[in-house]
Amino acid sequence: MEQIEQSLLELKDLCYSYHSLEGETIALSHISFQIKKGEFTAIVGPSGCGKSTLLSLIAGLDTPESGEIIFHNTGQPASPEQKPRIGYMLQHDHLFEWRTIYKNVILGLEINHMLTPEKLELVTKLLKDYDLYKFRDKKPSELSGGMKQRAALIRTLVMEPDILLLDEPFSALDYQTRLSVSSDICSIIRSTGKTALLITHDLSEAISLAERILVLSRRPATVKCDIPVHLTLTDNSPLASRNAPEFKDYFNLLWKEISDENYRQPEQSGKI
Amino acid sequence: MKITDSLSNQEKYEHACLRHRRMVFLARILILAGFLILWEGSVRMGYVDSFFFSSPSQVALCFIGMVKDFTFFTNTGITLLETLASFLLVLLISMLSATLLWLSRKCSEILEPYLVVLNSLPKSALAPLFIVWLGTGINTIIVAGISVAVFGSVINLYTGFRQVDEEKIKLIYTLGGGKRDAFFKVVLPGSVPTILSNMKVNIGLALVGVIIGEFLAARRGLGYLIIYGSQVFRWWAGMTGMGIRFPSASIPPPFLSAPFSRKKQTHTSVYVLWKSLLPRGMLHNFACLSGKAHPAPYRITPFHPCPVL
Repeated sequence: MEQIEQSLLELKDLCYSYHSLEGETIALSHISFQIKKGEFTAIVGPSGCGKSTLLSLIAGLDTPESGEIIFHNTGQPASPEQKPRIGYMLQHDHLFEWRTIYKNVILGLEINHMLTPEKLELVTKLLKDYDLYKFRDKKPSELSGGMKQRAALIRTLVMEPDILLLDEPFSALDYQTRLSVSSDICSIIRSTGKTALLITHDLSEAISLAERILVLSRRPATVKCDIPVHLTLTDNSPLASRNAPEFKDYFNLLWKEISDENYRQPEQSGKI
Repeated sequence: MKITDSLSNQEKYEHACLRHRRMVFLARILILAGFLILWEGSVRMGYVDSFFFSSPSQVALCFIGMVKDFTFFTNTGITLLETLASFLLVLLISMLSATLLWLSRKCSEILEPYLVVLNSLPKSALAPLFIVWLGTGINTIIVAGISVAVFGSVINLYTGFRQVDEEKIKLIYTLGGGKRDAFFKVVLPGSVPTILSNMKVNIGLALVGVIIGEFLAARRGLGYLIIYGSQVFRWWAGMTGMGIRFPSASIPPPFLSAPFSRKKQTHTSVYVLWKSLLPRGMLHNFACLSGKAHPAPYRITPFHPCPVL
């Protein structure tokens, strides 16, 4: 199982600032960490500390001012020019109302001209696996919040990404839906063995879903601490893990780290 | 089904709804009928002079005459044709311009004040210029129609394009798409409601422009009929011109209420086209009737309704 231990993503000394006529706002300052293949990592931090900026940089939507983002492609043919495939899930599902669920799910394939029979077969399989097949011809507004978020996940998964970036994907859902959808999505990600990086402001969510939690400091954000999560439970589903004996300790630890940050004077003002 | 006490609450509710809809429909018809009766009555009783105010019966007789000698069809046809031509050109020009402005932020910032100024120009005052530049033909009239609608349309569409959720565009980028994908997959389909409502306004404006053009530079068309009628004091002819488009306006809007809940969106646009041909132009015609006079030759229709009383 050598591959499991191999690092998939490596951030080296990453810095990023926002510029406006009022001045410069340093968002990220010297961020370095590695993510192993197949690992589920959560990032928590005070609000507005630049968590989403970090994901945008990893997804290549923005370019860092200094530092490097290195992908070690662990796929069989290791060619250096092969760009990593990144799946990005946003806070809202952003399913398009003018497309059916099926058409929404194949959006990425359409954009990348990848509508091959094999891919379409995968689409059908995923829709069937996640109980959306009979809703494939429905419009998004006819589905529940949880189903929409599952459809959004399938839209990301059909691209067969090397790494999944989840930018608070459950925060727009109500509490009950949120528990069940996060549990669903977590088991989907675990069963497919995908590497995932989750941003959240919900500490319990981070503890119950992730194997490792990175705490970011207030802006300019740095990695404040790196906490591996080990829960002594046979059933490691997100709902069950909330009952683990260690859960409370992790929660208190995280809460302390975050609230320390909240009481600390901000070094930079301005909004991201 | 007999209405009895045995009706369930749901059935009572349905009956109440039906009664309400019937009442609304009836009231609408009654208002129109009342207006016509009042008009005709006042003329016949001599309260108003039919020479200046015409009367429904004169308008009806004139209309029948125009149908008989076919002038109704030629005039309406030519105006419809010109309006459609200007409308389609406005749609084409404004879609292309708005796309260009959306693609280039720089371009839109540079051009914005010009668009605002051009949109606030009194477009009807441009019509005489078009005659000088383009002559007195169908081109002038179509260009007049375009000039009235196009600038506002560009501004509207561009604003609509800009209002599309940035996060949705971000989604396209995260899926590996570019600006082209963002436009065709998000901005354009997401702006369909804006485009439709814009079309609805545009066809009305194009008609206004075409009528202005016809006032000045035509020998056929509804605008010409109106201006001619007003000049030879054949008000009934002018009013017939205005009234011609009235009946189709009263057709109930079957698709307009919820275009997105219906599958056949094409019906919506057809309906918008159909509907917007009417009341706006009518109102405008009334406004124009009090406007300036331009003598123009006209073949007197063989049918001369005699003044009543």
